[in-house]
Amino acid sequence: MEKVKSLADLKKISESFKKGIDLREKSSHPDDIVQVKVAMATCGIASGAKETMEYLSSELEKRGIEAIVTQTGCMGYCYAEPTIEVTLPGQNPVVYGEVDIRKADEIIEKYIKTGELVNGIIPQNYETID
Amino acid sequence: MHLLVCGGTGCRASESAGIEAKLKSELEKRSLDQSVQVISTGCFGFCEKGPIVKVMPDNTFYTQVTPADAETIVAEHVVKGRRVESLIYTDPSSKEKVEESAKMGFYKKQLRIALRNCGFINPENVDEYIARDGYLALGNIITGMKPQEAIEIMKESGLRGRGGAGFPTGLKWDLTARTEADQKYVVCNADEGDPGAFMDRSILEGDPHSVLEAMAICGYCIGSDKGLIYIRAEYPLAIERLKIALSQAREYGLLGNNIMGTEFSFDIELRYGAGAFVCGEETALIHSMEGLRGEPTLKPPFPSESGYNGKPTNVNNVETLANIPVIYLKGAKWFSSIGTEKSKGTKVFALAGKINNVGLIEVPMGTTLREVIFEIGGGIKDGKKFKSVQTGGPSGGCLTEKHLDTPIDFDNLIAAGSMMGSGGMIVMDEDDCMVSMARYYLEFTVEESCGKCAPCRIGNKRLHELLDHICKGNGKLEDLDRLVNMSNVIKDTSLCGLGQSSPNPVLSTINNFKDEYDAHVTDKKCPAGQCRDLMEYFIIEENCVGCTACARVCPVAAITGERKEPHLINPAICIKCGACMEKCKFDAIIIQ
Repeated sequence: MEKVKSLADLKKISESFKKGIDLREKSSHPDDIVQVKVAMATCGIASGAKETMEYLSSELEKRGIEAIVTQTGCMGYCYAEPTIEVTLPGQNPVVYGEVDIRKADEIIEKYIKTGELVNGIIPQNYETID
Repeated sequence: MHLLVCGGTGCRASESAGIEAKLKSELEKRSLDQSVQVISTGCFGFCEKGPIVKVMPDNTFYTQVTPADAETIVAEHVVKGRRVESLIYTDPSSKEKVEESAKMGFYKKQLRIALRNCGFINPENVDEYIARDGYLALGNIITGMKPQEAIEIMKESGLRGRGGAGFPTGLKWDLTARTEADQKYVVCNADEGDPGAFMDRSILEGDPHSVLEAMAICGYCIGSDKGLIYIRAEYPLAIERLKIALSQAREYGLLGNNIMGTEFSFDIELRYGAGAFVCGEETALIHSMEGLRGEPTLKPPFPSESGYNGKPTNVNNVETLANIPVIYLKGAKWFSSIGTEKSKGTKVFALAGKINNVGLIEVPMGTTLREVIFEIGGGIKDGKKFKSVQTGGPSGGCLTEKHLDTPIDFDNLIAAGSMMGSGGMIVMDEDDCMVSMARYYLEFTVEESCGKCAPCRIGNKRLHELLDHICKGNGKLEDLDRLVNMSNVIKDTSLCGLGQSSPNPVLSTINNFKDEYDAHVTDKKCPAGQCRDLMEYFIIEENCVGCTACARVCPVAAITGERKEPHLINPAICIKCGACMEKCKFDAIIIQ
C-alpha cells in the first residue's frame, strides 16, 4: 500500500474506486459479475451469517457463477438476520432476510441464476445520504 | 413481472396473506402464473397504509389493498398494463397521486447519516471507505482550514452529543481548544453501557473509519496528536475491526506523522473497559483509562480542563463522531436543516421489546414515537395493546400512549419525564407490569452503582427495597410518597449522571401508571399478572376432570385430589411456577 502523501493522492484513490477499478481487476467480465454483501455484525454472525457467507462463496464458485461475496456491517434488520444484499448486473440491489443455507441455495438457483425473485425480500425502508 | 406483497406482521394482520393467495389464483386463472411471480416481503415500514403491494419492474406502489382488489390488480395492471388509480397512494399534503415508489421517498421515515456506511461498505477495507469520500473531510480541513474555523462549523451545525446528555459538540471542542497545555487528548467513548442499545457497536463494526477520521478532525481542532478509544472488552468484533482499521489507516498514512503531507500528526490507541455502566460517565471513564477505579469525580474541573493524566481531554461518543465527517463534507447548513429547532440531525435507536421489527433505526430528530413504533417498528407483537415505551435505557423514563405524538428530541423527552440517553427504546405491551419494570431497572442501577456517593449507593438500594415490597404485596400507601421523595433526593444529590438519572424509571412509572401502583398497594393485585406474589393459581372445579396431570407436574406437591375428582391447589405450598397451568389440557387452571 502506498502512502497517501497529499489530499490529491486521497482523491485519486477515491476516484479509482468509485469507477469500480477494483471490480475490473477481479474479473474479466466486470459487467456480468454478481455482487453479494452479507451483513456481518455481531448480531448477524450470532444468527448464522458466517455460515451463510461461507456457503454463498463456496457454492457460487462450485456452480460456476462469477460473483464477489463481501462482508459488510449491520443493515439494521435485526428481526430478519442473517441478511444479505444481492446485486445482479445492471439491476438495483435486493435485500433478503433470514438467509440460512436453504434460503441461500434458493437465492442462487432462482434469483441469481434466473432473475426470478424469491420470498423473503426486505424492502429498503431508509434513505442514505450519498 | 413480479408482484411484491408485504408480509410484515402489520400487513399480515390486515389480510396480506389473503391478498397473496387471491393474486396467485387470479394469475392462475389467466394462465399467467408462470410469467408473473407473487413474492412475499418483509415490512415496508409504511404500515399505516398497509397492506402494500408493489409491482416490479415498473415500481408501482399500491396501498391499502384488500383481497377483493387483487382481481383488479391482475385484470388491469398485469393484463392490460394500466395502473389501478384508486389504489395509488395520495400524498396527504399535495393531494397528488404518487405512482412510483421511487418518487415516494418521503414514506421512508428513516434517514441514515451516522449509519450511512453500515451495511454498505466492507468495514475491513479502507478503500471502500475512501471511495465513499472517507478521509476527505479530514484532508480538506487539515490542508485548508484553521482549527478555529472548523470548530465554528461544528458549532453552527448544532450537533449535540449522542451519548445521552446532549452537550453541544462544537462548544465542547472550543472549550478544550481554549485550554493551553503541552498535551491534549481526544477520547472516543465506546463504552455503551446501556443494556439494549447497540448502535455504537454497530457503527464500530460497520464503519470504523468514520470514527477514526472524526477523532483526527477533533484532534486537529483542539490541538491534540493523541486519541484513545475506550471500548468494552465484551465487543470483540468491534475491537478486531478497529484494529484492522487502525493498521490500514496507518499504512496509508492517514494516521501517524505528517498526515497528507501537512504538519498535523495524530494517532489512536485502544483502551479496554471491563464493562461497568458507570464508566460511560466521562470522568469515571478517564479514571478507568488511567488504571484507577472507575469512579466519577465532581465537575468542575471538566475534562476539557483537566482530564486524562490531568491534561485537557475531549470525550465524544461513537455516534456523535460518526456524524462529524459528513457535516464537514455537506456543510453545517445542511446538517442543521435536519431535525428540530434545538436538536439537529438524526438519532439512531435500538428498537427492542414487544415490537415486530426489532432493529437498528436512524430517524431525523422530531420524528414521533408513534412513527417509530407503529411504522418503522411495525407495531406491537401478537396484536397486543401498546402500553409504554422506555427510552434512554435504565436511567430513562417510561412514556405512555399520551406521549406517542411527541416529536423525539433531547428537550421533549426530558420534558416528558424521560431522556434520549444513548438511544435504547424498549417497547412494552399490556402484559408488562410497570412496578416490576421499575424494580428491574433499579436492580440494574443498584448493581452498577460505583458506591462512591451515598445518595446513589444507599438511596437506590432503598428504592429497590421499597419496590420489591410493593411487588410482593407488602407495600403501604405511604410508600408511594417515600418513593417519590427519595427519588427526588437521589436525583438532586448524586455525584454523577448515573445517580442523577437512576430514579427516572420510578418517577415516570408513578406519574404515568399511578393506578397500577395503587392496585399493588391497596388491592394487593398486579393488573398485568406479572408479580408472582400477588397472584394465585386456582383450579376451576367445573373444568377439572381429575386427570392428575397437574398434580404430577407440580414440583412441590401443592396439588391434591382423587383421580377423576376436581383437584385443589394449596396456596400455602404453591410456588407459582405455572407448570400446572401449562400442563392442563382443560383450561381448568387460572391465575387470580
